[in-house]
Amino acid sequence: MSDAVLSLTHLNKRFGALQATRDVSLDLRPGEIHALIGPNGAGKSTLIAQIAGSLKPDSGGIQLAGQEITSLSVAQRARLGLGRSFQVSSLAEPLTVLRNVMIAVQALQGHSFRFWKPVHRDESLLAPARDALARMQLEPRADTPVSELSHGERRQVEVACALALKPRVLLLDEPMAGLGPEGSARLTELLEALKHEVPILLIEHDMDAVFRLADRISVLVAGGVIAHGDSATIRRDPQVREAYLGD
Amino acid sequence: MIKSTTSSLAPHRELPAPTASWHDRKGLVQIGLLAVLLLAPLAAYFLGHVYYVNLASRVTLIAMAAVGLNLAIGYGGMVSFGHAAYFGLGGYVAGISAYHAFDLTPVIAWPIAIPGSDSMLAIWLAAIVVCGLLALAIGAVSLRTTGVYFIMITLAFAQMVYYFANSWPTYGGEDGLPIYLRNSLPMVDTQDPLTFFLICFGGLLLSLALTSRIMKSRFGAALTMARLNETRLATAGIAPYPIRLVAFVISAMITGLAGALYADLNGFVSPTMLSWHMSGELMVIVILGGVGRLYGPLAGAILFVMMETLLGGLTEYWKLFLGLVLLGVVLFAKHGVMGWLAGREHP
Repeated sequence: MSDAVLSLTHLNKRFGALQATRDVSLDLRPGEIHALIGPNGAGKSTLIAQIAGSLKPDSGGIQLAGQEITSLSVAQRARLGLGRSFQVSSLAEPLTVLRNVMIAVQALQGHSFRFWKPVHRDESLLAPARDALARMQLEPRADTPVSELSHGERRQVEVACALALKPRVLLLDEPMAGLGPEGSARLTELLEALKHEVPILLIEHDMDAVFRLADRISVLVAGGVIAHGDSATIRRDPQVREAYLGD
Repeated sequence: MIKSTTSSLAPHRELPAPTASWHDRKGLVQIGLLAVLLLAPLAAYFLGHVYYVNLASRVTLIAMAAVGLNLAIGYGGMVSFGHAAYFGLGGYVAGISAYHAFDLTPVIAWPIAIPGSDSMLAIWLAAIVVCGLLALAIGAVSLRTTGVYFIMITLAFAQMVYYFANSWPTYGGEDGLPIYLRNSLPMVDTQDPLTFFLICFGGLLLSLALTSRIMKSRFGAALTMARLNETRLATAGIAPYPIRLVAFVISAMITGLAGALYADLNGFVSPTMLSWHMSGELMVIVILGGVGRLYGPLAGAILFVMMETLLGGLTEYWKLFLGLVLLGVVLFAKHGVMGWLAGREHP
Protein backbone atom coordinates (compact mmCIF):
# COMPACT_ATOMS: atom_id res chain seq x y z
CA MET A 1 0.00 0.00 0.00
CA SER A 2 2.12 2.86 -1.19
CA ASP A 3 -0.68 5.40 -0.82
CA ALA A 4 -1.33 4.58 2.84
CA VAL A 5 -0.84 7.43 5.34
CA LEU A 6 -0.29 5.08 8.21
CA SER A 7 0.69 1.47 7.93
CA LEU A 8 1.53 -1.22 10.44
CA THR A 9 3.52 -4.18 9.22
CA HIS A 10 3.74 -7.45 11.13
CA LEU A 11 3.59 -5.91 14.60
CA ASN A 12 4.21 -8.23 17.52
CA LYS A 13 4.15 -7.49 21.22
CA ARG A 14 4.39 -10.00 24.01
CA PHE A 15 4.05 -9.53 27.78
CA GLY A 16 5.47 -12.69 29.30
CA ALA A 17 3.22 -15.51 28.18
CA LEU A 18 0.60 -13.18 26.77
CA GLN A 19 0.83 -12.42 23.08
CA ALA A 20 -0.89 -9.00 23.18
CA THR A 21 -0.28 -8.17 19.55
CA ARG A 22 -0.02 -10.99 17.03
CA ASP A 23 1.36 -10.19 13.59
CA VAL A 24 -0.87 -7.19 13.02
CA SER A 25 -0.68 -5.51 9.63
CA LEU A 26 -3.11 -2.81 8.64
CA ASP A 27 -3.15 0.52 6.91
CA LEU A 28 -5.05 3.77 6.75
CA ARG A 29 -5.67 5.50 3.43
CA PRO A 30 -6.43 9.16 2.74
CA GLY A 31 -10.06 10.14 3.16
CA GLU A 32 -11.19 7.09 5.07
CA ILE A 33 -12.20 6.02 8.50
CA HIS A 34 -10.73 2.66 9.35
CA ALA A 35 -12.33 1.17 12.43
CA LEU A 36 -10.63 -1.29 14.70
CA ILE A 37 -13.02 -3.32 16.79
CA GLY A 38 -12.61 -6.23 19.13
CA PRO A 39 -13.82 -7.57 22.46
CA ASN A 40 -12.27 -6.51 25.75
CA GLY A 41 -8.79 -7.88 26.13
CA ALA A 42 -8.29 -8.22 22.38
CA GLY A 43 -5.21 -6.01 22.57
CA LYS A 44 -6.66 -2.79 21.20
CA SER A 45 -5.06 -0.59 23.84
CA THR A 46 -1.70 -2.27 23.43
CA LEU A 47 -1.89 -1.70 19.71
CA ILE A 48 -2.81 1.96 20.16
CA ALA A 49 0.06 2.43 22.58
CA GLN A 50 2.46 1.08 19.99
CA ILE A 51 1.11 3.33 17.27
CA ALA A 52 1.24 6.41 19.53
CA GLY A 53 4.73 5.53 20.74
CA SER A 54 4.28 4.89 24.45
CA LEU A 55 5.05 1.18 23.90
CA LYS A 56 7.67 -0.27 21.57
CA PRO A 57 6.73 -3.35 19.55
CA ASP A 58 8.91 -6.45 19.86
CA SER A 59 9.03 -6.73 16.10
CA GLY A 60 7.44 -5.19 13.06
CA GLY A 61 7.27 -1.63 11.84
CA ILE A 62 5.07 1.45 11.76
CA GLN A 63 5.21 3.98 8.93
CA LEU A 64 3.64 7.40 8.91
CA ALA A 65 3.40 8.95 5.42
CA GLY A 66 6.11 6.61 4.21
CA GLN A 67 8.45 7.43 7.07
CA GLU A 68 9.58 4.81 9.53
CA ILE A 69 8.46 5.95 13.01
CA THR A 70 8.83 2.70 14.96
CA SER A 71 11.65 3.99 17.15
CA LEU A 72 10.42 7.57 17.65
CA SER A 73 9.06 9.01 20.91
CA VAL A 74 5.48 10.13 21.53
CA ALA A 75 6.43 13.78 21.06
CA GLN A 76 8.38 13.10 17.86
CA ARG A 77 5.48 11.18 16.35
CA ALA A 78 3.12 13.98 17.26
CA ARG A 79 5.39 16.45 15.47
CA LEU A 80 5.29 14.27 12.35
CA GLY A 81 1.51 14.50 12.28
CA LEU A 82 0.06 11.79 14.50
CA GLY A 83 -2.84 13.28 16.41
CA ARG A 84 -4.60 11.19 19.03
CA SER A 85 -7.34 11.19 21.61
CA PHE A 86 -7.41 9.05 24.71
CA GLN A 87 -9.82 6.44 25.93
CA VAL A 88 -9.88 8.11 29.32
CA SER A 89 -9.95 11.81 28.60
CA SER A 90 -6.56 13.34 29.18
CA LEU A 91 -6.85 17.10 29.51
CA ALA A 92 -5.58 19.63 32.00
CA GLU A 93 -8.74 19.92 34.11
CA PRO A 94 -8.17 23.25 35.82
CA LEU A 95 -7.31 25.05 32.58
CA THR A 96 -9.84 26.48 30.18
CA VAL A 97 -10.81 24.67 26.99
CA LEU A 98 -8.99 27.28 24.93
CA ARG A 99 -5.83 26.83 26.98
CA ASN A 100 -5.84 23.09 26.40
CA VAL A 101 -6.12 23.56 22.65
CA MET A 102 -3.55 26.37 22.59
CA ILE A 103 -0.84 24.03 23.78
CA ALA A 104 -1.37 21.97 20.64
CA VAL A 105 -1.13 25.08 18.46
CA GLN A 106 2.01 26.11 20.27
CA ALA A 107 3.49 22.68 19.73
CA LEU A 108 2.66 22.84 16.04
CA GLN A 109 4.47 26.16 15.73
CA GLY A 110 7.42 24.69 17.56
CA HIS A 111 8.22 27.71 19.71
CA SER A 112 7.97 26.73 23.33
CA PHE A 113 11.20 28.32 24.51
CA ARG A 114 9.78 31.83 24.39
CA PHE A 115 9.79 33.50 27.73
CA TRP A 116 8.47 36.98 27.18
CA LYS A 117 5.36 37.42 25.07
CA PRO A 118 2.17 36.65 27.02
CA VAL A 119 0.13 33.92 25.36
CA HIS A 120 -3.23 35.45 26.25
CA ARG A 121 -2.62 38.23 23.74
CA ASP A 122 -0.91 36.12 21.10
CA GLU A 123 -3.25 35.98 18.11
CA SER A 124 -1.01 33.48 16.31
CA LEU A 125 -1.95 31.03 19.08
CA LEU A 126 -5.49 32.18 19.76
CA ALA A 127 -6.83 32.22 16.20
CA PRO A 128 -5.90 28.62 15.23
CA ALA A 129 -7.06 27.38 18.63
CA ARG A 130 -10.46 29.08 18.23
CA ASP A 131 -10.63 27.67 14.72
CA ALA A 132 -10.11 24.11 15.96
CA LEU A 133 -12.77 24.67 18.62
CA ALA A 134 -15.19 26.00 16.02
CA ARG A 135 -14.82 22.85 13.98
CA MET A 136 -15.85 20.82 17.00
CA GLN A 137 -18.64 23.35 17.72
CA LEU A 138 -17.06 24.18 21.04
CA GLU A 139 -16.52 27.91 20.63
CA PRO A 140 -19.03 28.97 23.28
CA ARG A 141 -17.14 26.87 25.83
CA ALA A 142 -13.70 28.30 25.05
CA ASP A 143 -13.27 30.08 28.39
CA THR A 144 -14.76 27.35 30.55
CA PRO A 145 -12.41 25.24 32.65
CA VAL A 146 -12.36 21.65 31.44
CA SER A 147 -13.39 20.49 34.92
CA GLU A 148 -16.81 22.09 34.35
CA LEU A 149 -17.47 20.35 31.03
CA SER A 150 -19.74 17.39 30.39
CA HIS A 151 -18.23 14.10 29.41
CA GLY A 152 -19.26 14.52 25.80
CA GLU A 153 -17.77 17.99 25.61
CA ARG A 154 -14.47 16.69 26.92
CA ARG A 155 -14.46 14.16 24.12
CA GLN A 156 -14.91 16.98 21.66
CA VAL A 157 -12.10 18.97 23.28
CA GLU A 158 -9.83 15.95 22.90
CA VAL A 159 -10.57 15.82 19.19
CA ALA A 160 -10.13 19.60 18.91
CA CYS A 161 -6.70 19.31 20.55
CA ALA A 162 -5.73 16.63 18.07
CA LEU A 163 -7.10 18.71 15.16
CA ALA A 164 -5.15 21.79 16.22
CA LEU A 165 -1.99 19.82 15.51
CA LYS A 166 -3.04 19.73 11.84
CA PRO A 167 -2.38 16.01 11.89
CA ARG A 168 -1.95 13.73 8.90
CA VAL A 169 -3.62 10.97 10.84
CA LEU A 170 -6.11 10.96 13.70
CA LEU A 171 -5.97 8.12 16.15
CA LEU A 172 -9.18 8.10 18.19
CA ASP A 173 -9.33 5.69 21.10
CA GLU A 174 -12.99 5.01 21.91
CA PRO A 175 -14.19 8.58 21.44
CA MET A 176 -17.81 7.51 22.06
CA ALA A 177 -17.07 5.75 25.35
CA GLY A 178 -19.47 6.92 28.03
CA LEU A 179 -21.47 9.17 25.73
CA GLY A 180 -25.25 9.03 25.69
CA PRO A 181 -27.03 8.35 22.39
CA GLU A 182 -27.31 12.07 21.74
CA GLY A 183 -23.65 12.87 22.34
CA SER A 184 -22.65 9.85 20.35
CA ALA A 185 -24.77 10.87 17.37
CA ARG A 186 -23.36 14.37 17.50
CA LEU A 187 -19.75 13.20 17.56
CA THR A 188 -20.47 10.72 14.76
CA GLU A 189 -21.66 13.62 12.63
CA LEU A 190 -18.59 15.70 13.42
CA LEU A 191 -16.24 12.84 12.61
CA GLU A 192 -17.99 12.07 9.37
CA ALA A 193 -17.41 15.63 8.22
CA LEU A 194 -13.80 15.40 9.26
CA LYS A 195 -12.63 12.27 7.49
CA HIS A 196 -12.09 13.95 4.13
CA GLU A 197 -9.53 16.22 5.70
CA VAL A 198 -7.85 13.75 7.98
CA PRO A 199 -8.02 9.99 7.75
CA ILE A 200 -9.07 8.47 11.06
CA LEU A 201 -8.11 5.22 12.72
CA LEU A 202 -11.04 4.66 15.02
CA ILE A 203 -11.03 2.27 17.94
CA GLU A 204 -14.60 2.01 19.08
CA HIS A 205 -17.07 -0.11 21.01
CA ASP A 206 -20.20 1.66 19.78
CA MET A 207 -21.25 -0.61 16.92
CA ASP A 208 -23.85 1.80 15.50
CA ALA A 209 -21.17 4.46 15.17
CA VAL A 210 -18.67 2.03 13.68
CA PHE A 211 -21.04 0.67 11.06
CA ARG A 212 -22.15 4.15 10.14
CA LEU A 213 -18.74 5.76 9.99
CA ALA A 214 -16.22 3.18 8.94
CA ASP A 215 -15.18 2.66 5.36
CA ARG A 216 -13.25 -0.41 6.43
CA ILE A 217 -13.25 -2.44 9.58
CA SER A 218 -10.61 -4.69 11.07
CA VAL A 219 -11.55 -7.09 13.83
CA LEU A 220 -9.00 -7.80 16.50
CA VAL A 221 -9.31 -10.95 18.61
CA ALA A 222 -6.64 -12.26 20.99
CA GLY A 223 -4.05 -9.89 19.58
CA GLY A 224 -4.50 -10.75 15.91
CA VAL A 225 -6.67 -9.45 13.06
CA ILE A 226 -9.26 -12.16 12.31
CA ALA A 227 -11.29 -10.30 9.73
CA HIS A 228 -11.07 -7.27 7.55
CA GLY A 229 -13.46 -5.60 5.10
CA ASP A 230 -16.28 -3.10 4.69
CA SER A 231 -19.11 -3.07 7.17
CA ALA A 232 -21.36 -5.37 5.12
CA THR A 233 -18.62 -7.99 4.95
CA ILE A 234 -17.88 -7.75 8.64
CA ARG A 235 -21.53 -7.96 9.59
CA ARG A 236 -21.83 -11.21 7.62
CA ASP A 237 -18.55 -12.80 8.68
CA PRO A 238 -19.45 -15.87 10.80
CA GLN A 239 -16.14 -15.79 12.68
CA VAL A 240 -16.75 -12.19 13.74
CA ARG A 241 -20.31 -12.89 14.75
CA GLU A 242 -19.10 -15.66 16.97
CA ALA A 243 -16.15 -13.86 18.49
CA TYR A 244 -17.54 -10.42 18.87
CA LEU A 245 -21.07 -9.64 17.89
CA GLY A 246 -22.15 -12.36 20.27
CA ASP A 247 -24.41 -14.67 18.28
CA MET B 1 -17.64 29.82 47.78
CA ILE B 2 -14.79 31.91 46.52
CA LYS B 3 -14.27 29.62 43.57
CA SER B 4 -17.87 29.82 42.45
CA THR B 5 -18.05 33.60 42.72
CA THR B 6 -14.88 34.17 40.72
CA SER B 7 -16.01 31.83 37.98
CA SER B 8 -19.50 33.27 37.69
CA LEU B 9 -18.26 36.84 37.76
CA ALA B 10 -15.78 36.18 35.00
CA PRO B 11 -17.46 34.26 32.19
CA HIS B 12 -14.97 35.61 29.72
CA ARG B 13 -12.06 35.06 31.99
CA GLU B 14 -8.77 35.72 30.31
CA LEU B 15 -6.05 33.18 30.77
CA PRO B 16 -5.09 32.98 34.40
CA ALA B 17 -2.30 35.40 35.03
CA PRO B 18 0.07 35.23 37.97
CA THR B 19 -0.18 38.93 38.75
CA ALA B 20 -3.34 40.85 39.29
CA SER B 21 -4.62 44.29 38.59
CA TRP B 22 -5.13 46.92 41.26
CA HIS B 23 -8.79 46.29 41.48
CA ASP B 24 -9.15 42.89 43.05
CA ARG B 25 -8.41 41.47 46.42
CA LYS B 26 -5.34 39.59 45.31
CA GLY B 27 -3.77 42.73 43.86
CA LEU B 28 -4.40 44.56 47.13
CA VAL B 29 -2.87 41.76 49.17
CA GLN B 30 0.19 41.70 46.93
CA ILE B 31 0.70 45.44 47.16
CA GLY B 32 0.05 45.28 50.88
CA LEU B 33 2.77 42.68 51.38
CA LEU B 34 5.27 44.70 49.37
CA ALA B 35 4.30 47.89 51.24
CA VAL B 36 4.82 46.24 54.64
CA LEU B 37 8.17 44.92 53.54
CA LEU B 38 9.24 48.32 52.22
CA LEU B 39 7.81 50.60 54.89
CA ALA B 40 8.83 48.65 58.00
CA PRO B 41 12.60 48.99 57.41
CA LEU B 42 12.20 52.62 56.30
CA ALA B 43 10.51 53.42 59.59
CA ALA B 44 13.03 51.38 61.57
CA TYR B 45 15.93 53.12 59.83
CA PHE B 46 14.73 56.59 60.66
CA LEU B 47 13.97 55.56 64.22
CA GLY B 48 17.51 54.25 64.46
CA HIS B 49 16.77 50.52 64.75
CA VAL B 50 19.27 49.18 62.24
CA TYR B 51 18.66 45.64 63.46
CA TYR B 52 15.19 45.66 61.98
CA VAL B 53 16.47 46.99 58.65
CA ASN B 54 18.78 43.99 58.41
CA LEU B 55 15.94 41.74 59.49
CA ALA B 56 13.87 43.09 56.60
CA SER B 57 16.77 42.38 54.24
CA ARG B 58 16.81 38.84 55.56
CA VAL B 59 13.08 38.44 54.92
CA THR B 60 13.55 39.86 51.42
CA LEU B 61 16.38 37.52 50.48
CA ILE B 62 14.77 34.40 51.91
CA ALA B 63 11.60 35.36 50.05
CA MET B 64 13.62 35.78 46.85
CA ALA B 65 15.28 32.39 47.30
CA ALA B 66 11.82 30.90 47.84
CA VAL B 67 10.50 32.65 44.72
CA GLY B 68 13.13 30.67 42.86
CA LEU B 69 12.12 27.44 44.58
CA ASN B 70 8.44 28.18 43.93
CA LEU B 71 9.12 28.25 40.20
CA ALA B 72 10.33 24.64 40.49
CA ILE B 73 7.83 23.34 43.06
CA GLY B 74 4.76 25.45 42.51
CA TYR B 75 4.78 26.15 38.81
CA GLY B 76 6.83 23.21 37.57
CA GLY B 77 5.67 20.52 39.99
CA MET B 78 9.30 19.59 40.68
CA VAL B 79 9.62 19.13 44.43
CA SER B 80 13.28 19.99 44.91
CA PHE B 81 14.62 19.25 48.37
CA GLY B 82 18.05 20.54 47.40
CA HIS B 83 17.72 24.23 46.70
CA ALA B 84 20.13 25.04 49.53
CA ALA B 85 22.81 23.92 47.08
CA TYR B 86 22.11 26.95 44.90
CA PHE B 87 21.46 29.31 47.79
CA GLY B 88 24.76 28.31 49.41
CA LEU B 89 26.69 28.19 46.18
CA GLY B 90 25.56 31.74 45.38
CA GLY B 91 26.81 32.68 48.85
CA TYR B 92 30.14 30.99 48.28
CA VAL B 93 30.55 32.77 44.94
CA ALA B 94 30.25 36.09 46.81
CA GLY B 95 32.53 34.90 49.62
CA ILE B 96 35.22 33.35 47.44
CA SER B 97 35.30 36.26 45.04
CA ALA B 98 35.63 38.76 47.89
CA TYR B 99 38.29 36.61 49.58
CA HIS B 100 40.48 36.64 46.47
CA ALA B 101 39.85 40.31 45.80
CA PHE B 102 41.05 41.00 49.35
CA ASP B 103 44.07 38.72 48.90
CA LEU B 104 44.83 39.89 45.36
CA THR B 105 45.06 36.25 44.26
CA PRO B 106 43.18 34.75 41.31
CA VAL B 107 40.11 32.55 41.93
CA ILE B 108 41.28 30.26 39.16
CA ALA B 109 44.83 30.52 37.77
CA TRP B 110 44.59 27.97 35.00
CA PRO B 111 43.58 27.46 32.16
CA ILE B 112 42.28 31.02 32.22
CA ALA B 113 43.03 33.44 35.00
CA ILE B 114 39.91 34.63 36.78
CA PRO B 115 40.66 37.32 39.34
CA GLY B 116 38.63 37.86 42.48
CA SER B 117 36.28 40.80 42.54
CA ASP B 118 34.47 42.82 45.14
CA SER B 119 32.05 44.19 42.58
CA MET B 120 28.52 43.04 43.27
CA LEU B 121 27.61 43.18 39.60
CA ALA B 122 30.39 40.74 38.70
CA ILE B 123 29.50 38.54 41.67
CA TRP B 124 25.81 38.45 40.78
CA LEU B 125 26.58 37.48 37.22
CA ALA B 126 29.01 34.80 38.39
CA ALA B 127 26.50 33.45 40.93
CA ILE B 128 23.79 33.23 38.28
CA VAL B 129 26.08 31.46 35.80
CA VAL B 130 27.62 29.04 38.31
CA CYS B 131 24.29 28.13 39.91
CA GLY B 132 22.73 27.73 36.49
CA LEU B 133 25.46 25.31 35.45
CA LEU B 134 25.20 23.29 38.66
CA ALA B 135 21.41 23.11 38.25
CA LEU B 136 21.82 22.03 34.65
CA ALA B 137 23.98 19.10 35.74
CA ILE B 138 21.87 18.17 38.78
CA GLY B 139 18.58 18.72 36.94
CA ALA B 140 19.67 16.71 33.90
CA VAL B 141 20.12 13.65 36.12
CA SER B 142 17.37 14.28 38.68
CA LEU B 143 14.62 15.00 36.17
CA ARG B 144 14.94 11.46 34.85
CA THR B 145 13.11 10.53 38.03
CA THR B 146 9.81 11.67 39.49
CA GLY B 147 8.02 11.80 42.81
CA VAL B 148 9.82 10.64 45.92
CA TYR B 149 12.89 9.68 43.91
CA PHE B 150 13.21 13.22 42.60
CA ILE B 151 12.97 14.60 46.14
CA MET B 152 15.65 12.20 47.36
CA ILE B 153 18.04 12.68 44.47
CA THR B 154 17.95 16.48 44.72
CA LEU B 155 18.60 16.12 48.44
CA ALA B 156 21.51 13.78 47.76
CA PHE B 157 23.14 16.17 45.31
CA ALA B 158 22.75 19.08 47.71
CA GLN B 159 24.32 17.04 50.50
CA MET B 160 27.27 16.28 48.23
CA VAL B 161 27.82 20.00 47.75
CA TYR B 162 27.42 20.53 51.50
CA TYR B 163 30.05 17.94 52.45
CA PHE B 164 32.36 19.20 49.76
CA ALA B 165 32.26 22.73 51.21
CA ASN B 166 32.56 21.32 54.72
CA SER B 167 35.80 19.55 53.92
CA TRP B 168 37.51 22.11 51.72
CA PRO B 169 39.94 23.94 54.01
CA THR B 170 40.90 26.68 51.53
CA TYR B 171 37.60 28.41 52.06
CA GLY B 172 37.23 27.78 55.76
CA GLY B 173 35.71 24.29 55.66
CA GLU B 174 33.05 23.95 58.30
CA ASP B 175 34.02 27.28 59.90
CA GLY B 176 32.91 29.16 56.83
CA LEU B 177 34.35 32.17 55.12
CA PRO B 178 34.04 35.77 56.32
CA ILE B 179 33.45 38.67 53.94
CA TYR B 180 35.38 41.41 55.74
CA LEU B 181 34.00 44.28 53.72
CA ARG B 182 30.63 44.11 52.02
CA ASN B 183 31.06 43.91 48.25
CA SER B 184 30.52 47.12 46.37
CA LEU B 185 28.45 48.71 43.65
CA PRO B 186 29.50 51.76 41.64
CA MET B 187 28.22 55.03 43.13
CA VAL B 188 26.30 53.27 45.89
CA ASP B 189 27.20 52.85 49.54
CA THR B 190 26.40 49.20 50.08
CA GLN B 191 27.55 49.47 53.71
CA ASP B 192 24.47 51.46 54.53
CA PRO B 193 21.84 49.01 55.81
CA LEU B 194 18.92 50.79 54.16
CA THR B 195 20.70 51.05 50.80
CA PHE B 196 21.53 47.39 50.98
CA PHE B 197 17.93 46.59 51.86
CA LEU B 198 16.77 48.51 48.81
CA ILE B 199 19.14 46.50 46.62
CA CYS B 200 17.67 43.29 48.02
CA PHE B 201 14.16 44.64 47.57
CA GLY B 202 14.98 45.40 43.94
CA GLY B 203 16.20 41.83 43.50
CA LEU B 204 12.96 40.47 44.95
CA LEU B 205 10.82 42.68 42.70
CA LEU B 206 12.84 41.61 39.69
CA SER B 207 12.49 37.91 40.50
CA LEU B 208 8.73 38.32 41.03
CA ALA B 209 8.35 40.20 37.74
CA LEU B 210 10.45 37.63 35.91
CA THR B 211 8.46 34.70 37.30
CA SER B 212 5.17 36.39 36.46
CA ARG B 213 6.27 37.18 32.92
CA ILE B 214 7.68 33.71 32.29
CA MET B 215 4.53 32.02 33.52
CA LYS B 216 2.40 34.04 31.10
CA SER B 217 4.60 33.15 28.14
CA ARG B 218 4.60 30.14 25.85
CA PHE B 219 7.25 28.59 28.02
CA GLY B 220 5.03 29.08 31.06
CA ALA B 221 2.09 27.50 29.24
CA ALA B 222 4.21 24.46 28.43
CA LEU B 223 5.55 24.26 32.00
CA THR B 224 2.02 24.46 33.40
CA MET B 225 0.95 21.65 31.10
CA ALA B 226 3.99 19.60 32.09
CA ARG B 227 2.82 19.90 35.69
CA LEU B 228 -0.89 19.32 35.12
CA ASN B 229 -0.80 16.67 32.42
CA GLU B 230 2.50 15.49 31.05
CA THR B 231 0.81 13.13 28.59
CA ARG B 232 -1.16 15.95 27.03
CA LEU B 233 2.04 17.93 26.48
CA ALA B 234 3.87 15.00 24.90
CA THR B 235 0.86 14.12 22.76
CA ALA B 236 0.92 17.66 21.42
CA GLY B 237 4.54 17.08 20.44
CA ILE B 238 6.36 19.02 23.16
CA ALA B 239 8.82 16.92 25.13
CA PRO B 240 8.33 17.72 28.84
CA TYR B 241 11.91 17.04 29.92
CA PRO B 242 13.69 20.03 28.32
CA ILE B 243 10.89 22.36 29.47
CA ARG B 244 11.28 21.17 33.06
CA LEU B 245 15.06 21.30 32.91
CA VAL B 246 15.12 24.93 31.75
CA ALA B 247 12.60 25.89 34.45
CA PHE B 248 14.74 24.10 37.04
CA VAL B 249 17.82 26.05 35.90
CA ILE B 250 16.03 29.42 36.02
CA SER B 251 14.71 28.51 39.45
CA ALA B 252 18.24 27.77 40.69
CA MET B 253 19.58 31.00 39.22
CA ILE B 254 17.06 33.08 41.17
CA THR B 255 17.82 31.19 44.39
CA GLY B 256 21.56 31.50 43.73
CA LEU B 257 21.38 35.25 43.26
CA ALA B 258 19.49 35.53 46.55
CA GLY B 259 22.26 33.47 48.15
CA ALA B 260 24.98 35.81 46.89
CA LEU B 261 23.16 38.77 48.44
CA TYR B 262 22.51 36.80 51.64
CA ALA B 263 26.25 36.22 52.13
CA ASP B 264 26.83 39.94 51.72
CA LEU B 265 24.08 40.71 54.21
CA ASN B 266 25.70 38.52 56.86
CA GLY B 267 29.30 39.26 55.88
CA PHE B 268 29.77 35.54 56.17
CA VAL B 269 29.15 32.33 54.28
CA SER B 270 29.34 28.84 55.73
CA PRO B 271 28.16 25.32 54.91
CA THR B 272 25.04 26.08 56.97
CA MET B 273 23.70 27.87 53.91
CA LEU B 274 24.14 24.61 51.98
CA SER B 275 22.63 22.24 54.51
CA TRP B 276 19.37 20.39 54.14
CA HIS B 277 17.90 22.48 56.95
CA MET B 278 18.11 25.42 54.58
CA SER B 279 16.42 23.44 51.78
CA GLY B 280 13.71 22.49 54.26
CA GLU B 281 13.24 26.08 55.43
CA LEU B 282 12.80 27.30 51.86
CA MET B 283 10.30 24.53 51.24
CA VAL B 284 8.40 25.37 54.42
CA ILE B 285 8.24 29.02 53.33
CA VAL B 286 6.85 28.09 49.92
CA ILE B 287 4.22 25.83 51.52
CA LEU B 288 3.32 28.37 54.23
CA GLY B 289 2.85 31.09 51.66
CA GLY B 290 0.96 28.99 49.14
CA VAL B 291 2.45 26.65 46.58
CA GLY B 292 2.38 28.08 43.07
CA ARG B 293 1.22 31.51 44.22
CA LEU B 294 3.41 34.32 42.93
CA TYR B 295 3.50 36.19 46.24
CA GLY B 296 3.34 33.04 48.36
CA PRO B 297 7.09 33.03 49.07
CA LEU B 298 6.94 36.61 50.29
CA ALA B 299 3.98 35.92 52.59
CA GLY B 300 5.69 32.75 53.78
CA ALA B 301 9.02 34.47 54.44
CA ILE B 302 7.38 37.28 56.42
CA LEU B 303 5.49 34.77 58.54
CA PHE B 304 8.54 32.54 58.98
CA VAL B 305 10.94 35.30 60.07
CA MET B 306 8.32 36.88 62.30
CA MET B 307 7.78 33.60 64.10
CA GLU B 308 11.50 33.04 64.32
CA THR B 309 12.05 36.50 65.81
CA LEU B 310 9.03 36.74 68.10
CA LEU B 311 8.78 33.15 69.30
CA GLY B 312 12.52 32.58 69.05
CA GLY B 313 12.93 35.40 71.59
CA LEU B 314 10.64 33.58 74.02
CA THR B 315 11.76 30.01 73.63
CA GLU B 316 14.44 28.14 71.81
CA TYR B 317 11.83 25.56 70.91
CA TRP B 318 10.06 28.00 68.57
CA LYS B 319 10.24 25.51 65.75
CA LEU B 320 7.69 23.42 67.61
CA PHE B 321 5.22 26.24 67.02
CA LEU B 322 6.38 26.60 63.44
CA GLY B 323 5.62 22.93 63.03
CA LEU B 324 2.12 23.42 64.43
CA VAL B 325 1.47 26.32 62.07
CA LEU B 326 2.75 24.30 59.14
CA LEU B 327 0.54 21.41 60.17
CA GLY B 328 -2.41 23.78 60.29
CA VAL B 329 -1.65 25.13 56.83
CA VAL B 330 -1.21 21.70 55.29
CA LEU B 331 -4.36 20.31 56.93
CA PHE B 332 -6.74 23.25 56.80
CA ALA B 333 -5.44 25.85 54.35
CA LYS B 334 -3.85 24.00 51.48
CA HIS B 335 -3.45 27.18 49.53
CA GLY B 336 -1.32 28.76 52.21
CA VAL B 337 -1.34 32.29 53.52
CA MET B 338 -1.98 33.68 50.04
CA GLY B 339 -4.95 31.37 49.56
CA TRP B 340 -6.30 32.55 52.90
CA LEU B 341 -5.69 36.26 52.28
CA ALA B 342 -6.37 36.52 48.57
CA GLY B 343 -8.66 33.62 47.72
CA ARG B 344 -8.14 30.65 45.51
CA GLU B 345 -6.65 30.92 42.10
CA HIS B 346 -6.93 28.90 38.95
CA PRO B 347 -3.57 27.64 37.78
